[in-house]
Amino acid sequence: MTMQTVFERPKSLKDVPSHFCPGCHHGLIHRLVAQNLDRLGLQQQTIGVASVGCSVFLYAYLDVDVIESPHGRAPAVATGAKRVQSDKFVFTYQGDGDLAAIGTSEIIHAANRGEAFSVLFVNNTTYGMTGGQMAPTTLLGQESATSPGGRSAERDGHPIRMAELLAQLDGVAYSTRVAVDNPQHVRQADKAIEKAFRLQRDEGRFAFVEILSTCPTNWGMDPRQANARVAEEMIPCFPLGTFKDTQSQEGNQ
Amino acid sequence: MSQSTPARVFLKGNEAVCYGAIEAGCRYYFGYPITPQSEIPALMSSELPKHGGQFLQAESEVASINMLLGASACGARAMTSSSSPGISLKQEGISYLAGSELPGLIVNISRSGPGLGGIDASQADYFQAVKGGGHGDYRMIVLAPHSVQEMYDLTMHAFDLSDRYRMPAMLLGDSLVGQMKEAIELRPRPEVELPAKDWIVTGKGERSEQRIVKSLFLGDGELEAHNRHLQAKAEALRANEVMAEEVALDDAELVLVAFGAAARIAKTAVRMARETGLKVGMLRPITLFPFPERHLARLAETARRFLCIELNTGQMVEDVRLAVNGRREVHFYGRPPGTGSLPTPEELYEQIRESY
Ligand SMILES: Cc1ncc(C[n+]2csc(CCOP(=O)(O)OP(=O)(O)O)c2C)c(N)n1
Ligand code: SF4
Ligand SMILES: [Mg+2]
Repeated sequence: MTMQTVFERPKSLKDVPSHFCPGCHHGLIHRLVAQNLDRLGLQQQTIGVASVGCSVFLYAYLDVDVIESPHGRAPAVATGAKRVQSDKFVFTYQGDGDLAAIGTSEIIHAANRGEAFSVLFVNNTTYGMTGGQMAPTTLLGQESATSPGGRSAERDGHPIRMAELLAQLDGVAYSTRVAVDNPQHVRQADKAIEKAFRLQRDEGRFAFVEILSTCPTNWGMDPRQANARVAEEMIPCFPLGTFKDTQSQEGNQ
Repeated sequence: MSQSTPARVFLKGNEAVCYGAIEAGCRYYFGYPITPQSEIPALMSSELPKHGGQFLQAESEVASINMLLGASACGARAMTSSSSPGISLKQEGISYLAGSELPGLIVNISRSGPGLGGIDASQADYFQAVKGGGHGDYRMIVLAPHSVQEMYDLTMHAFDLSDRYRMPAMLLGDSLVGQMKEAIELRPRPEVELPAKDWIVTGKGERSEQRIVKSLFLGDGELEAHNRHLQAKAEALRANEVMAEEVALDDAELVLVAFGAAARIAKTAVRMARETGLKVGMLRPITLFPFPERHLARLAETARRFLCIELNTGQMVEDVRLAVNGRREVHFYGRPPGTGSLPTPEELYEQIRESY
């Protein structure tokens, strides 16, 4: 009987134990990034820009060159990097505290300039690394370390929808939101990342992929409950879909 | 520019910075508008593209220093310029440059503060520049030009030092040296040997090892070792890179200490004092970090007294006192910056007489 390999570690992903909590989606998202770098033959020409958050150790998992950025500034760092190494593949990997709070200015202006890099935005509705404080993406009513009694619209404002917001900007070629809570969603996320990466590689375009993610530790849930929360609570507020696609007729839906 | 006789041109200090930077091979500029440094982005936006470089107006000073960080990590000679309020915003990025051992030039054509302050010549940012305006135990190379020629020359020198020590460098000027016009020589870039940039991120290419530019060190003992390494570089700068101008110091009984714009005015006052028979000289620190401590310690053996002159209420004087170490009196004269508050040579001459 001949054996066929149906599943293996992408070359761009290192063979090391992960520090992520059980049930955290960061590890799965890292894998999707690695597998797309492999698929598009980008590993040797990639410069990743890590942000400050639970994904700060991007370089410990992805076998590519990496610049570690100050909190929220990854799009500015990537702008400088890509303008110098314009033939290289550059992406940022940012959390929701990083991109949607302290780094809103940098992401909006990099997107508006249409910088030729790709952004992976991991939205877990909280500040994971610092212990589960309220983020701009925290859902109404969601308990966090700094929203006792739950997020209140009057006191704290409403959750911010970055994929929709950035879709308004002319510099953006593609803005989409995906999730990785079931196999079908994982396949869609994989395709979205591939599309974003191709847009940079082939056309030098800016693309934004928001990925809904879990933080069981700070949500006070077990991995199974956390995974279920994505469909039950997050997707109703953060609908999956593509908000801008300059390549497709069905864009701007 | 590699002609044998350097061109003589009439330039503003801020323009000289641009030509110095381009001659030094700087091809990337990132900045945000602020007075009194506006000539720099304006000239860079028209000149850099002619040299195959890029000018980018950022959305803020925070973004521009981080663009510089990215460009520097990718191996480019890159710069940003601003003035005091904008330099405050860059401090986080400067700390990250220092921690990640990235070179890069930050030009501060400083103005008066605190807060919005005003746009007059000021040396109120001395502490911020040399004591570490950002967080962490780091040092930054700080050069203080006092003429348009030095704006040109020291810009080139700052890039070389910054690359050699893998440390950010600041050119600390003010509206006086930035705005005044003088005839200068556009000298060719000095030929210096610099270490290969074998640490930059380029994508792995043929390499099997990844490269990482970072400032987070969480392993046991890692950060202490990193900080010791950073301090060793600062020590090497102190040992090898101090620059200061000595004016009429041979028999000086009173030594003035002043840098930048204040030193220009003080030079005239020293001449006036010499004409009336007073034995007065001046030490002008050109590198504010590394500071000319040994020059001052040596002078403390022969001079009777020191008079530190600054366009602020007393910042560098603290470093002069440390270097003199109680052996001689150190007087201070300064005026808080503000419109019309630049001291005149006559005013400084009066101070010289009082301190003599
Ligand atoms: C200037 C600055 N402010 C605050 C912090 C502290 N801090 C570290 S990570 C983080 C937030 C991380 O949250 P997020 O970006 O959502 O990433 P996650 O850990 O959830 O993946 C914060 C506020 C910092 N490092 N720097
Ligand atoms: S704290 Fe949250 S985001 Fe961070 S690794 Fe754990 S589960 Fe993931
Ligand atoms: Mg988060």
